[in-house]
Amino acid sequence: MKHTIAHLKRGEKGIITDVSSELIPLKLLEMGCLPGNFVELVQVAPFSDPLYLNINGSHLAIRKETAIHILIEKIDE
Amino acid sequence: MSKQINVALIGNPNTGKTSVFNALTGLNQQVGNYPGITVEKKEGICKLPRGVKAHIIDLPGTYSLNASSLDESVVIELLLNRNDKDFPDVAVVVSDVENLKRNLLLFTQIKDLEIPCLLVVNMADRMRRKGITLDIEYLEQQLETKIAVISTRKNEGIDNLKQQITNYKELSVKPCLSASEIDIEYFDRLQKAFPNQLLYKLWLVITQDVNFGKTNRKEIDAIASFKTKSKGDLKRLQQKETIKRYQFINNVLKKGQTIDASQASDVRAKLDRVLTHKVWGYVIFFLILLTIFQAIYDWSSVPMDWIDSSFASLSNWVKATFPGGGKVTDLVAEGIISGLGGIVIFIPQIAFLFLFIAILEESGYMSRVVFLMDRVMRRFGLSGKSIVPLISGTACAIPAIMATRNIESWKERLITILVTPFTTCSARLPVYLIIISLVIPEGRILGLSYQALTLMLLYLIGFGAAVGSAWILNKILKIKSKSFFVVEMPNYKVPLLKNVALTVLEKTKAFIFGAGKIILAISIVLWVLASYGPGEQFNNAESIMTEQYAQDNLSADELQRKIDSHKLEHSFIGITGRAIEPAIRPLGYDWKIGIALISSFAAREVFVGTLATIYSVESDDEETIKNRMASEVNPILGGPLFNFASGISLLLFYAFAMQCMSTLAIVKKETNSWKWPVYQFTIMTAIAYIVALIAYQFLK
Repeated sequence: MKHTIAHLKRGEKGIITDVSSELIPLKLLEMGCLPGNFVELVQVAPFSDPLYLNINGSHLAIRKETAIHILIEKIDE
Repeated sequence: MSKQINVALIGNPNTGKTSVFNALTGLNQQVGNYPGITVEKKEGICKLPRGVKAHIIDLPGTYSLNASSLDESVVIELLLNRNDKDFPDVAVVVSDVENLKRNLLLFTQIKDLEIPCLLVVNMADRMRRKGITLDIEYLEQQLETKIAVISTRKNEGIDNLKQQITNYKELSVKPCLSASEIDIEYFDRLQKAFPNQLLYKLWLVITQDVNFGKTNRKEIDAIASFKTKSKGDLKRLQQKETIKRYQFINNVLKKGQTIDASQASDVRAKLDRVLTHKVWGYVIFFLILLTIFQAIYDWSSVPMDWIDSSFASLSNWVKATFPGGGKVTDLVAEGIISGLGGIVIFIPQIAFLFLFIAILEESGYMSRVVFLMDRVMRRFGLSGKSIVPLISGTACAIPAIMATRNIESWKERLITILVTPFTTCSARLPVYLIIISLVIPEGRILGLSYQALTLMLLYLIGFGAAVGSAWILNKILKIKSKSFFVVEMPNYKVPLLKNVALTVLEKTKAFIFGAGKIILAISIVLWVLASYGPGEQFNNAESIMTEQYAQDNLSADELQRKIDSHKLEHSFIGITGRAIEPAIRPLGYDWKIGIALISSFAAREVFVGTLATIYSVESDDEETIKNRMASEVNPILGGPLFNFASGISLLLFYAFAMQCMSTLAIVKKETNSWKWPVYQFTIMTAIAYIVALIAYQFLK
């Protein structure tokens, strides 16, 4: 099964595998949301939206509707 | 004359760029606007070694040269236009040691424009705590630049930075990435079509609508030999460019930077666990707001009382010292001094408010509130980012409306712009404070004064009105727009005293001078209208009153008072006021309040000043505005004019009414149409009238 950032639980990590560029704003890519970079879910707001992420060392929050377009591979610890 | 070096400070948001600007310029700075747009322009002068002077411009924070907002496009327009008088001789790119990777993206873009580029690594004091070490020599060599490692917090490295700015001519202008790498075939064609232009510059012009020099977007489209690509293709190329840049940066940092994670003590994670907690996060946010309102109320009452009585005695002193001045003395003492007193008195409160907002922003807490509130706000058609305008709207709606620019979705942004004027701005504060102190009893419950709680309630009403109308607008407005939401969660920082102090100083100054000009003008006009009148009743007031009260055996003082108020009633202002009185009597106001209401449509804070001017024309006694208002008698019902019912009615009127011309002007600018400000004005004022009417009729 394909995982996206929205599948992560708090504290879980992954590696970004694909970003569909039509649906993701350039700004997010520029902040480091690119294939190959690691991502960690730091915190979720109530109703599990938005998501507070650490992507490639950048701390940022995005909405779930954006997160489902960023494919990842989970890292099991 | 020695030549001035033009320096542009550029950097991502939250890198401490403004601290660097403050460290370089100190108080030698000024804030204005870029011509034609409302983006704030900060510039200052810095003295460099060997008598050289630098003109420093603090550009808006941006993550890259691909602009997605008006503020960001300012940066690109300047960097692409070599003929601009502010075009930098050297660009100083400010980065934060913890986010070096991301910050370097912007650095490589600017360097590719072949502008001499200096890299500042700020917040060096955090390096050891985060286990970061940098090989500066290696990085300078790889990035072909000079690096200044500084800490604005500890005030370290600033002199070294100044030295490096002085030596800017030694900087290399070799690009980091050759633009043609992005797509060889495409960029080849591009270069052939425009042989004399820098490729990367052309690429930036194509991907965003920025005009520069003689070649603009339209000309590129017009050249038949060159066919550009579709939007989707261009975006794919931009993505490719970003990946290429990060590859370059990663390679450089692999050797140049080492991070020992075991050394890092993570204060951030601990704080975030509490401050963004599902329950505690909201509780803490609410407590912070409560503290702010209690503080504004309690801490500023002493200086305010002092200012109030000082102005009353100043006015009297002028009258006593220049008795021969006649009308001029009267104008100064009654018109100008009273009017200005009505605004100066609120400096303490407004300064406190700006202080708290500056602290919330500087500390990094505001982003946590954005994160916590996004889901809730979305229900009402707003964005989590709307919380920043709504909170800073408590200072002033104008900067608040400008702060909506980073809301990505147009619909969410428009709704935020339309509802922000409901939040209780500092101009409402003077009105609230004076009326609350007149009609709400003193006393405390659980350590909080009733008066402070009333004030808090008014802020909540304003906020509720904003959110409620947003919900309605969200249902009514049929606008389709993509909603993207990205917000950076910066590190927590103890706010720098210097930054906070400068912000408070600058904002308070702008408020006082901005409002001061209007108030001065209105005071003079009001004084003239109140001191002159047409016809018999005004000119012969003395004889009419003397006759009317001939049998009542009044003392000279009492008689004089009767004459003065008869004159006022038949002056130009009195006639106007009484003409509108029927419309406002159902709300519990007399004609003097009516005049104050009308002049408030220029700016709300004029209310107190207007009443002060009217009252002091009427009576020569040395009295504070507050005492004067307390002794006003309702002409029909008897009893104090400012009682509980009329007071609440006034408070509610001011809570809802759209009485600020500057805000309407800014709404017009930001929405680019008269439609929205006109709607805003009509609907808000109608709500205000109806609510005030209901409140008064219910309470009286």
